[in-house]
Amino acid sequence: MITIIIASFFSAVCAALGLGGGTVLMLYFALLTDIPQQQAQGINLLLFLPVAALSLWFHTKNKLVAWKRILWVILCGLPGVLLGCWISNIMDVGWLRRAFGIFLLAMGVHELLGQKSPDKRTENESSRTEPGGSDDSSQNA
Amino acid sequence: MNETNPTTGKLKKCLPLAGGFFTGILNGLFGAGGGMVAVPFLRSGGLDEKESHASSVALLMALSLVSTALYLHRGSMTIGDALPYLPGALAGSAAGALLMPKISTKWLRRIFGLLMIYGGIRMVTG
Repeated sequence: MITIIIASFFSAVCAALGLGGGTVLMLYFALLTDIPQQQAQGINLLLFLPVAALSLWFHTKNKLVAWKRILWVILCGLPGVLLGCWISNIMDVGWLRRAFGIFLLAMGVHELLGQKSPDKRTENESSRTEPGGSDDSSQNA
Repeated sequence: MNETNPTTGKLKKCLPLAGGFFTGILNGLFGAGGGMVAVPFLRSGGLDEKESHASSVALLMALSLVSTALYLHRGSMTIGDALPYLPGALAGSAAGALLMPKISTKWLRRIFGLLMIYGGIRMVTG
């Protein structure tokens, strides 16, 4: 029980920080439990909903959510969800697990090696400012 | 007026939309990992780091609603399966959101990277 609390707490902290909290919980399921891959994915998705709702409440309060922009991104994401769910349904579970492992490896390498320093990011972004392109971000930039 | 390359301007608007589609695929396929992809795409659209992280939560919540409904419909899991994880998750969510405006995530990302590489190797070979 204590591992469940630690895993869920840590994954939610990471999710709220935009660090991929779902991945942490999936790692817990994959490495420390014998829950089947598709069930683990479903639990992870279901659990994310109240966590995200709470995080969103805080983030909206802090004026960090660019709602106008994100609406279009959400609309483009919905067909992707249908496609992803369909593939996961027809895919062999062993291969689904391996595919997730490969995805994790790629993202892990990216996290370790692919990050720019915050100073460089700021310099690059300020030099790329475009008219009408910073309506939401300018409030917090 | 700022000097703007029209192609760059269009790309800057389209990249987050393409990222939304790709994030949706990952969300439905793996039930996780969308945030790591969504944040860089949102940044490419001109949002700053903290806004991108916060906005990715809004995106993932909407996509996860649809994915969850589909997973429940096909019987991959039940609501009861997730309940034991709920208290820790809610407490962690509040802690993370309160910490977000105050901390740098740089060192957390490095730990994450190592954890993901280790987990990825175990999942591919296990």
